[in-house]
Order: sequence, then C-alpha cells, then structure tokens
Amino acid sequence: MADATQTGPASVAQPGLLRRAFAAMHLPLGDPFAIAGIVIYLVFIVVAIFAPSIATHDPTEILFTSDFMLAADLRPGEEGYIMGTTTLGRDVFSQLVWGSRSALIIGLMAAFMVALIGTIVGVVAGYFGGWLDTIMMRLADIAFGIPFLPFVIVLAAFLEPSIWNVVLAMALVLWRDTGRVIRSQTLTLRNRVYVEAARVSGSSDLKIILRHIVPNILPLSFLYGSIAIGWAILTEASISFLGFGDPESISWGYMLQDAFASQALSKGAYYWFVPPGVLIILIVSAGFFISRGYEKILFPKLDR
Amino acid sequence: MTALISLQDAKLHYNVGGILSSLRGEPQVVKAVDGVTFELQKGESVGLLGESGCGKTSTGRMLVRLDVPTDGSVAFDGEEIAALKGESLSQFRRRAQMIFQNPFEALNPRFTIAASLAEPLENARIPKAERRDRIHHALELVRLAEPGQYLDRYPHLVSGGQLQRIVMARALILEPEFVVADEPVSMLDVSVRAGVLNVFREVRAQMGLTAIYISHDLALVRYVCERTIVMYLGRIVEDGPTEEIVQNPLHPYTKALVAAVPVPHPDQSHDPLPIGRGAPDPKNPPSGCTFRDRCPMAHARCAVEAPGPTKVGNRTVHCHTFDQAA
Amino acid sequence: MTDTLLSLRELRIGYSVGKNEVTAVDGASFDVAPGSVVGLVGESGCGKTTLARALTRVLASNARITGGQAIFGGTDIMALSEREMNRLRWRDIAFIPQSAMNSLDPVYTVGNQLREVLVKRGRLGRAAARDRMVELFEWVGIEPGRLGDYPHQFSGGMRQRVAIALALALDPKLIIADEPVTALDVIVQRQILDQLKDLRDRLGISVILVTHDISVVAYICDRVVVMYAGKVVESGPMAATLTDPAHPYTMGLRNAFPDLAGAAGELVPIHGAPPNLMFPPPGCRFAARCPFAQTRCAGAVPSLKDLGAEHLAACHRIEERDALRAEALKAATWADMRGAA
Repeated sequence: MADATQTGPASVAQPGLLRRAFAAMHLPLGDPFAIAGIVIYLVFIVVAIFAPSIATHDPTEILFTSDFMLAADLRPGEEGYIMGTTTLGRDVFSQLVWGSRSALIIGLMAAFMVALIGTIVGVVAGYFGGWLDTIMMRLADIAFGIPFLPFVIVLAAFLEPSIWNVVLAMALVLWRDTGRVIRSQTLTLRNRVYVEAARVSGSSDLKIILRHIVPNILPLSFLYGSIAIGWAILTEASISFLGFGDPESISWGYMLQDAFASQALSKGAYYWFVPPGVLIILIVSAGFFISRGYEKILFPKLDR
Repeated sequence: MTALISLQDAKLHYNVGGILSSLRGEPQVVKAVDGVTFELQKGESVGLLGESGCGKTSTGRMLVRLDVPTDGSVAFDGEEIAALKGESLSQFRRRAQMIFQNPFEALNPRFTIAASLAEPLENARIPKAERRDRIHHALELVRLAEPGQYLDRYPHLVSGGQLQRIVMARALILEPEFVVADEPVSMLDVSVRAGVLNVFREVRAQMGLTAIYISHDLALVRYVCERTIVMYLGRIVEDGPTEEIVQNPLHPYTKALVAAVPVPHPDQSHDPLPIGRGAPDPKNPPSGCTFRDRCPMAHARCAVEAPGPTKVGNRTVHCHTFDQAA
Repeated sequence: MTDTLLSLRELRIGYSVGKNEVTAVDGASFDVAPGSVVGLVGESGCGKTTLARALTRVLASNARITGGQAIFGGTDIMALSEREMNRLRWRDIAFIPQSAMNSLDPVYTVGNQLREVLVKRGRLGRAAARDRMVELFEWVGIEPGRLGDYPHQFSGGMRQRVAIALALALDPKLIIADEPVTALDVIVQRQILDQLKDLRDRLGISVILVTHDISVVAYICDRVVVMYAGKVVESGPMAATLTDPAHPYTMGLRNAFPDLAGAAGELVPIHGAPPNLMFPPPGCRFAARCPFAQTRCAGAVPSLKDLGAEHLAACHRIEERDALRAEALKAATWADMRGAA
C-alpha cells in the first residue's frame, strides 16, 4: 500500500525552468494569425541578432564607387548595392538590416517595461487597496492626461535623444493602461474563495500574490506587452521622422526622415523609403496579431 | 474556565454610499454585523442560523480574521484577533481554520490536490519529509478511500463530495482547535451531503474541535450542533440548545424559521407562516427591534427600543415579549 | 384513464460532446394531470433540467431530441416548428428558471417586461394590460407600486416572484419551474411554494417542479417522478412514493434527508457517484451504488413495472420491495457500500 502511494508532492518532478518559463508565457499557438505574428517576430529577431553578418556594409559608412565618386542615389543593383544607396552614399539594405535591431530593442524593452511596471502597479493597487491604490490610480489618471507624442519628444529633448530615453518615456506613459486593467483583474482574483482559503491557511500576502494572483494575470501582462511593442516601434519611427531621434543609431524611422529630407520621392527613389515603411507595418501588425491571439485566450467569447 | 472564542458587541459596518453620500452627510452604511455578543467554550459546536444577509457569514469571517470588526471585540483564547501580528498571527492561523461553502471554488484550479494541501504545511514550516505523511493522514481523516489517487489530480477531475472532503482535509491538516464551516454542503448533491456531514461530525468529536457551523437550514444545524445562535439583520435574536429551539422556539422569528423548514414527509403542517411578508433590508432596517416590521407580536415599544438579551431557562432571547415577562 | 394535460412517451434527449453522443434523458414517460404539481426529482446530471428545458424547447445548441413524444393538448410539442412552439410559449406553457436574475432584463423595469409579454404575446390593450399587471403582482404578493422598479432593486425572493408573475401572465395551463426555490432562504422558499400551491388550487394550473429536495416535493407535489442517470426509476403519487418507495434509490434519498419533525436520527449517504453517461453501464444504472444489487442487475436494464395505483418503479427486485425497504432503513445496509466507485 505504502509503495503504491510513493508519489507524494515532494517526489513530483519539477519541470525544467526553461519549459516552465515558456509555459508561463501562454503563447497563443491556437490562432493562425498569432502564429504568423510569432513567425514574423522570429525572422526579425534572427535578422537583428545576426545583423553584422547579414549586412553587406556598415550602415553609417559613406561609400564610394569604383571610380572614387560618392556612391549617392544608386539604384538597386547598381555597383553591387542590393537595394541601392542613399543621397549620402550609404547602403539601404544594410540600414534596413540594422534598423531591425533598434526596432526590436526599442519594441521589446518598452514592452518589457510597460508590462513590468503595469503589472506591479496593478497587482499592488488591486491587492492591497486603500491609500496605495488611491495614489497609484491617481498617478495613472495623470498619465492618462499626458499627450503621448509631445511628452516623448519633450523628454527626449531634455535628456538627449537616445533610444533609451524613448523607451523610458514610453514606459512612463504607457503603464497606465496595463496597470488599470491588471488592477481590476486583481480585484476580482483577490476575492476568489481559494485566495481567501490561502489566507486562512496562513499564506503571506507576497506568497498569495506570487502563487495565486500573478499566474492568472500573466496572459494579460503579455497582451498589453505585445500591444506596447507595436506602439513603441511606431513612436520611435514618428520621433525619428520628426528629427528627434538618436542620430547615432540607424532606425527605420531615421531612414524615412533621411529619405524625406533628401527629397527621395521627387527623385523617384522608392527603393529607399518604401522598404522601411513596409517593415514598420509588418512588425507592428505582427505585434497586433500576437495580441489578438492573447485576447482569444483571455476573452474566448469575443470570437462570436 | 475561559472561553475559547469571545465576541463582545462585535460590529462590522460597510460604507456603501461612497465618498459623495458621506460628504452630503447621509452616509449609507450596511450593518452586516451589528453588535453581536457570545462566547464559545472549548469543544462546543454552535450553529449560526439565519437568512442570507443576516450577518452569519460575516460573523464567521471575523472569527478567522478574513474580516476585521469595525467596532467591538472578537477574541480568540483571550487575545484580540484584530491585534494579532507576525508570529502570533501565524500561530492563530494554525489554530483557527475555515471550511468554505463552495468546494468547486475553494481550491486553486491550477494546483494539484497535493499542492493545495501542502500550502498550509509550508506556511507552518512543517519539514518537507513530513508533509507527505501529513497529507495522507488528513485525507484518511476525512474518510477518503485510497488517498494516494487524489494527490496528482486537479480539482475539476474530482466530484463535489470528494472535493469538499479535501477542502475539509486542508482545514484540518494543521490540527486546529477551532473551525468555522460556512454552509459546507449547500453546493453538494443530496445523496452525498449526508456523507460530508457525517465526516464533519465524526472528525469534530474525534479531534475535540470547537466549531461554528453556518447555515440557513435548521435541520442541518440540528444534525451537527448542540447549540444554535439565530441571527436576524446583523443581530442575535435567540441563543440556546438546538433541541430546545427546534421543539419550542421562543423568538417570533425563530418560530417562523422552524415552521418554514420543509420535512420529507407527506403529512406535514401547511399552516401559513407566523411572519409578515416582505424581506429584511440591510441598508434600511426598521428602528428599535429590526424584526418588528414582519413580527406578528410587535407593539409600540418595539419601534423605540432594541430588545436586549433576556435569559429564559437555558436560552437567551432578544425580544420585548420576554423582558416584560421577566 | 383520467384526462391528461401533458403526456411524455419515451422521450430521449442527447447531447453531442465532441464526437460522442451522450443520452441525457433516456426514454422518459409520465403524465401530468390538469391542476396538479408533479415533482421531478434527482441529483445533478440526472437529466431533470434537460427534460424540463426540452418541454419548453429551449435546449442548448448541442442538444437534440432523439426520440419519443410529448403530447400536449393532442399535439406532439417535440414535433412542432419553432413558430408553432412560439405560439404555445407563455400562453400554454410557461417557464420559471432557477435564477430569475438571469431571465429578467436589467435595463427595463419589471413592469415594462411584464407589459411586453401581455401586449406583444397576449394582444392586450394598454389599459387591460395595466389592470392585469396589478392583478398579477397582487397574486404573487408584491406591492403593485413596485412595477416601476428595476430587477436589481428586488431581493432574490422578490425577483423569483416577478418571474412567477411573468410566467402566469397569459394564464398558461402548464408551468415548468426549474429549481425555483433552491437558491432561496427557507422562509421565502415556503412563501413561494405556498404561492404556487395557491395558484394550482385557484386557477387549476399544472406545474412541473424540478427539484433535488424531497422535502419540497413532500410539501407541494401531487406526484413524483424520480430520475437517476437519465432514466425514470420510479414515479407515482407523492404520498405513496415517499412513504413506501419501491426503488432502492428513492429509499436511499429518503434516508439522506434531515427531518426536523422526527427525532434527530442518523443521516445515511448513498456512497459513490452517478455513472458517466458517456459510457453508461449495461444494466441498471444504479447497480454500482445499490446495496441490494445482484448479478442480474449489472446485466439487464430493468423496465418500469406497474405496482398499481399509478405507482411504477424500475428495479429487478421489485417483488421484494417491502423487505428491501425495511433493510434500507438501517444505516449499516448503506455503510457496506463505502467502497462503491
């Protein structure tokens, strides 16, 4: 009898940390759009990681033709430049490849910050309530009142234009939506019977939050995180296009601004400004496809 | 001999009107519990009986510190529960437990039964090596055959009756002295109810538990408790030995309650209930005795003055009919 | 044969669950006489709610009537088109759900909802509808002044009365009530049962009362139909069935109920759980939990046998019922079944 019941809780094998982290992300693998989004992201991530080996040139290097002329405004294919060059003589293809790096860094960092801050604020405000809740929710109200793009521009201008400041500005404003939603979700979870049961059995607040609340909230955090990716990339593009971007790093928004300033349209240099635009659309839509998948997990009834 | 549990004029009031109505000087207060006084001796089992909204569940929640009284005192073994902190609070958590109404919601659906049962053990810092035995022992205590089969299952794969026994096992796993059971069988099917009630009764006797059994059904309370406290709109109306209350209810509300319980016999009284129509409104209770608007015996004094406790034999009744006679 | 209002003949209702078909109601037959209350008793999952919903033809989308008839006023309501059924609803057959909160629209006053039924379905004029509303509210014991209130302004018991008023609006001949008092406190429960009883006596309305509580049956019903795992196992006049149950399940149910009027005796549970209807056992469905089961019980399905006086039961050992009944009163009889699955 004792042998048959050897499978106590202590002997239950703990699955690997990586697998558990993967499972905790609740990737929406049931939805074809979400899978397409994830595939697009994977491609971008691979390109961003191997950017130095994929890119044919340094994206900021000013290039010269074989006859020592500035390699300006070359068409795709001319002189071996796959997608042509810019007016300043830089390789468009290499800029696109490197641009994926800054787009992903900004997108993922902003998403991470937004999800992290929003989740912490939401869980703390919702779980503990009282004056903590009041203060945090009034701060969220203030954040709701801040006009997003001007705030990012002003902050970037004050602190010096760098992609980190763009990320910081985004995090300071966008946590409000995540925080609000996660707070209300926490409020309903806090009153679940099993949470009260955990309290009666002597679990501390921290333990209850980590064990019973956060696992139920993570999909929401990821939903808002994946929405923030798109927002962040769009915002960075807008800021760079307006000329407040980081001059040191090549991004798709910077490419658009460069093309605009160099009158690429009147030169008919579609190869210069269409690809970054398409890539922005592609990666932002991929982010929304993934968030749609999370929505389907979270709110299955929306499907009808 | 000191009482294990002692409530002294305990109150739990909720402000439901929000800031605006408070500013207007007309705060809307729901008096979930409005001045409840009783004591429980060690080993006693007491039924808290009343309609929904009478404050029975709120009272039970205060006893395990899921709610903190807004006024008055709730003491456990001589110590004010609301003041417990740190180590003394975790000591209290080991000694006082609760069995919840809905077993389908009382266990986290993401956890296996074993993980749910391990939680109180972790909190009490029971060494890992001991936990498995304790879990087995607790499941055997609630008469679950072959406890090993439940450990790795998730709650949705276990039937209601078994689930409620598991919830009971979790409450008993730290060998508490005091248990509050909040309508533990109301969500269960009739054929399994009796089984859960029998386990509760047997375990209580075996462990010498002090218990509060919350229910709206006097027949169930009678089955597990020697003493019954009847509540109406946040106050106690009658308190005494269950059998006496069943045979000869004194308070007019208890009379109606006893008369209203259906019995599983073809031959039973179909007399109209000795109670007025309408329903208790916790937001706006009548002045004086809160039961007077439905009471067939109400007179002028009932509107002015809330009746205090009157001793009638073994019982305490809160009704002006009896304090006049006394 | 006495006149019947509704007559169920071998009604079968199935659910498709994934690729499987689950028969939730398996050949139910019973009659409802005019002006009588029939209690439909059983534990959750026995098919009583499915059966009640089928009679109003509001079934879940994956449910299907797979056989049998329900004859109401000479027509089989199972064969009616949705339009013809709509004509019957409210006017001939009305429904009281378990939770009135879900059946009342929160954005309209209860008066509005009542008027809609009276005017749209009953073709009453505005003034006539107004009079009727006041009359209905008085019948169910609510101040007519509260017609202008919204559902959330009523307590649970009051909402249940509103639901009854709605069901009564067009003088139906039959009310199907799905656990109408289960969620309510004993006093309110009693008041609502008294209301239903009064309506039966005064207006001659018939009620099919779905419940799990045999105390409720004992209080109000004229007949009982006991269901177990999709099958009718016993049916008969209320007094005879509860005093002299013929099926072991009914005997067990009676033991499991606390009795405030009697001595504080022992409650005896029926151990185990009903079978999974996805894979029903070949013989009697109660056999695994029955203390009197024999080998033949696991082999063949018992059919309903007439015991006279309109009392029927489906048990292989029906002839020994008096002896079994005496056995069933002993707690030890059922305690031996602890090992039941």
